[in-house]
Amino acid sequence: MEKFGFTISKIRQIDYDSNDRSIADYIYEREPSFRLCIECGGCSATCTTGNYTNFSLRELHILIKRGENSQVIENLKKCMLCGKCILVCPRGVNTRNIVILARQAFQKSDSYAI
Amino acid sequence: MSKHVVVIGAGVAGLEAAGRLSKAGFYVSLLEKEVKTGGHLNDWYKLFPDRRNSSEVKHYLDKLTLNDGIKILSGTTIEKFSKRKSHFSIITDKGNEIIADAVVVATGFDLFKSARKEEYGYGIYDNVITSAELEGMFRNDKIALCNGKIPGAIGIVHCVGSRDEKVGNLYCSKLCCVTAVKQAIEICEHLPESKVFCFYMDMRMGGAHYEELYREAQEKWGVNFIRGKVSEAGETINNRLVIKVEDTLAGRPLKMELDMLVLMAGMEMSDGGKKIAGISGLNTGENRFFSAADPHYGSNISNIKGVFYAGTCTAPMNITETISHARAAVSEVMDYLKDVN
Amino acid sequence: MQFDPFVIPFNIGLYFILFYVVFRCVIWFRGLSRPDKLRLQRGFFGNAFVLSLKEIFLESLLHKKILKTNIRLGYMHMSLAFGWFLLIFFGTIEADIFGTKHLNAPYKAIFFRYFNPEHGRMGFEAAYGFLMDLILAFILSGLILAISKRFYSRVVGMKKTTKLKLSDKIALTSLWLIFPSRLLAESFTSGTYGNGSFLTGTLGSWLASFLPAQQMAYPFWLLYSLSLGTFFVLLPVTRYMHIPAELFLIFMRNCGIKTGDKSGTYTEVQTYSCSSCGICIDACQLNFSAGITNIQPAYLMKAIRNNDDVSEIANNCLLCGRCDQKCPVGIELSPIRMIQRRVGDNENVFTNIYKGYFRKRLHNIPEKSNGQLSYNFLPVTDPEKVDVLYFAGCMTHLTPSIKNSMVKILDASGVKYKFIDEQGGVCCGRPLMLAGMDKEARELINYNSQLFWKSGAHTLVTSCPICYKVFKESYYLGVEVLHHSQFIKSQIEEGSLKMNFLRKKVVYHTPCDLGRGSGVYDEPRFVLKHVSRLEKSKFDDENSLCCGGSLANLKLSSGKKYKIAQDTAAELTKGNPEILATACPLCKKTLSSATETRVADISEIVAEALIVTSVKRNINKQVSSIRELANI
Repeated sequence: MEKFGFTISKIRQIDYDSNDRSIADYIYEREPSFRLCIECGGCSATCTTGNYTNFSLRELHILIKRGENSQVIENLKKCMLCGKCILVCPRGVNTRNIVILARQAFQKSDSYAI
Repeated sequence: MSKHVVVIGAGVAGLEAAGRLSKAGFYVSLLEKEVKTGGHLNDWYKLFPDRRNSSEVKHYLDKLTLNDGIKILSGTTIEKFSKRKSHFSIITDKGNEIIADAVVVATGFDLFKSARKEEYGYGIYDNVITSAELEGMFRNDKIALCNGKIPGAIGIVHCVGSRDEKVGNLYCSKLCCVTAVKQAIEICEHLPESKVFCFYMDMRMGGAHYEELYREAQEKWGVNFIRGKVSEAGETINNRLVIKVEDTLAGRPLKMELDMLVLMAGMEMSDGGKKIAGISGLNTGENRFFSAADPHYGSNISNIKGVFYAGTCTAPMNITETISHARAAVSEVMDYLKDVN
Repeated sequence: MQFDPFVIPFNIGLYFILFYVVFRCVIWFRGLSRPDKLRLQRGFFGNAFVLSLKEIFLESLLHKKILKTNIRLGYMHMSLAFGWFLLIFFGTIEADIFGTKHLNAPYKAIFFRYFNPEHGRMGFEAAYGFLMDLILAFILSGLILAISKRFYSRVVGMKKTTKLKLSDKIALTSLWLIFPSRLLAESFTSGTYGNGSFLTGTLGSWLASFLPAQQMAYPFWLLYSLSLGTFFVLLPVTRYMHIPAELFLIFMRNCGIKTGDKSGTYTEVQTYSCSSCGICIDACQLNFSAGITNIQPAYLMKAIRNNDDVSEIANNCLLCGRCDQKCPVGIELSPIRMIQRRVGDNENVFTNIYKGYFRKRLHNIPEKSNGQLSYNFLPVTDPEKVDVLYFAGCMTHLTPSIKNSMVKILDASGVKYKFIDEQGGVCCGRPLMLAGMDKEARELINYNSQLFWKSGAHTLVTSCPICYKVFKESYYLGVEVLHHSQFIKSQIEEGSLKMNFLRKKVVYHTPCDLGRGSGVYDEPRFVLKHVSRLEKSKFDDENSLCCGGSLANLKLSSGKKYKIAQDTAAELTKGNPEILATACPLCKKTLSSATETRVADISEIVAEALIVTSVKRNINKQVSSIRELANI
């Protein structure tokens, strides 16, 4: 069966079942507005850091939610916490707190090196 | 003696309700704060999705309301509203008292005041305009920048004042997506050389033939759709606009220079409606629109017996829905007045 | 009679607390840095000591500042503190004059009537007895207020009263018992011997008329001694530690010691000096607008004293500074909160009460780091040489009207300037500092400083009070830093800006970081008066409200921010102004979402009033295009 031609390539696939979503859970618990994101990209558009790097808060959100954490850690510390994203967000997501909580969660977790 | 019904607001809903009530044999007073009847219909050039001239609908409504049973009081606002037993007493700004057996509230909507989203630069940059102003340009058959030049690149921003907690509007205005598509096509018709870009969060093309219109915009007119909320607009030294948006599907920020930016202003409870709510005690919801007794089978019924709602004073609606809603209100009025002496 | 076993609890308590306070002061002293130790030594033999005595009398005893804010609350504190002081003072003298010998042990003064029951029948003795009764009555009146405050805080004019832990409750009960038991003990004794003054005498004879006064006296003397003893023994682990700590704090402050940015003796003394009076709770908008009632300074101080994990409390604060302004003890509340933010998460190392007597530093969780800089992606740039730099700030880019107005004003003023973050800049670093991330903030500060230096400018103008504060305090630029309101004022005074008078009725909202944060109150008012009819509001200057949008609060939900904004806007627009003016892009954005009144920045109003002659405008157009060319 596994030789059957329709399996998705492992590298591309988000392995939702086995991915570690504890970072997301850590944030959900402490900042409920994390759930409100509709991926509009307003935050990334206005982002001060996004002017200089490939940092995208929207992408960071969705990757954490899917448990694709390894892609997040390096980018996380690029955020300057300037707060423009909070003023733009149409859903009232407390974006800065999510960045801070994500940093905290990675700091506390033994599974990730920083 | 025939019963007297007051209809507040002579937009699409008010005109339809007044016409139908008159046909049913009621004596109708139609109050309108503006000099002209027709409401927002007057500001729109062509309608979605079939791009009929709005004057055709206006013509239908005018014909419907052109009879002796309807007294149109234009340029009139209401100062006091009270209920005495089964009668309503309405005092106008001119000091006249109108006694009615039933009231239909059809105060409609106001377009979101785009200057409230300062980051889009409406009122600050010359070539940032609203969807209503663009309709005016269509009507005059001249789409041009302030300096009279033809815009080469035009951006259309969806959801201005809708789905945005920053301005206190959590709801979707429902019609801006299809309006954007319609206007994009019309721009392309007028200015075949120009490029049009729609910036959307979600394309909500739920009405009959909307999706087909969307398809036409892509297929026939080459309108570009970019998924991302515009965060801010700025101006370059040579008076072009520059917008910041994330192309969320590409996952990268996108910076683009445009000549003109059209803001798809959403629908809000009208100021007139807010005033009526204030003086009458009619309930409004968290979205500030009038809240009807039941969302499924009582969408015309208010918290005051004998007062009924018609049209967009309860929620964003297109013209088809508004007309149906007004007719439903008429049927509620008839039911109600049957039992009242 | 010279001694009775009932005084033992009192003696234990008294000698314990005296020993403990000395012990604690030695530890505190040893924890000071060398310069601070020298300051303290110098202060001890200098003016600071005298000043401190005066302040201790005015604040620790009379509670002048609390009296000013809230007269009933002040009376409560004064009657207990000053009354008790008088009772001890005159009691000691009484024991000394009328006792069997001079220089008595303290218990002789405290339980004077027990050991001298026949005393006070006539003449001077009776007059003195009257005085002692008067003082006792004074204390009891305050006690009644205190007890009713516990059960019904409105009595003293407060909206909220602080919540207590168990040791506090026991200490509070013993404190409450001290004076009633003294009253009853003295009354029964007076009743037995038929003496006593207007209070103890009257009550005593009345009680003796239906109770066996002689038998009843002893238990109350014992209760009096016990409640004193309990109170003293528990004092170090309760909020009442503020009584000795405040004395030390006042002295340290007068010696010139400051909070700084790390935890140390001075912060510890300050946290212990908080009496939980609750004035900060009343001043806090998170309390009265957003209904959050567990994060105010009184709770933060308590949590720090208890070694709780305070990160949640510390981060849920607008840092508007209203509490700093109002704290009667003068505790630097916001700097202490900032220290806690820098500390971050910590582990609670104490679990039971008795360890509270020996305070240790908390264990910090070590931070994981790969040692790399966070913002090494920032490009190195070479700005052109100019006189004046204009830095709009991140927030101003979301209020283009402010940005445009400033360009108009700068053009009209004729100064040679550069709009340095016209295409977007790098954050000033303050938002990171507010999150306790000073190391990261320092990277941004260094980056921006380089940029400013290279331009050779002598003046840096910014539109954002958040940037202004950090430029002033944490950048070492060596250039003049101005908020745009200050720049506009200077240009008006120099005559470079000409304006019409707009005749509009305006109310001014002072941004927290500009007003209380940086002390800039007069310049915005000067500018507004120059162009409009500036009206007063109840919340001007030091008493200004926060808009609610503060970046300092990392936890507040957008809904609660909105509530604060609504309340603030409603207060400020009570007089129906045409414009609600402010001097901060963030305040403007936050307030304009919450009111129908037009909200405008000072720069917009000035730009509206500006008279630009056509000749000048042409010149400026050229200047700006040259500027643009140079940019390219």
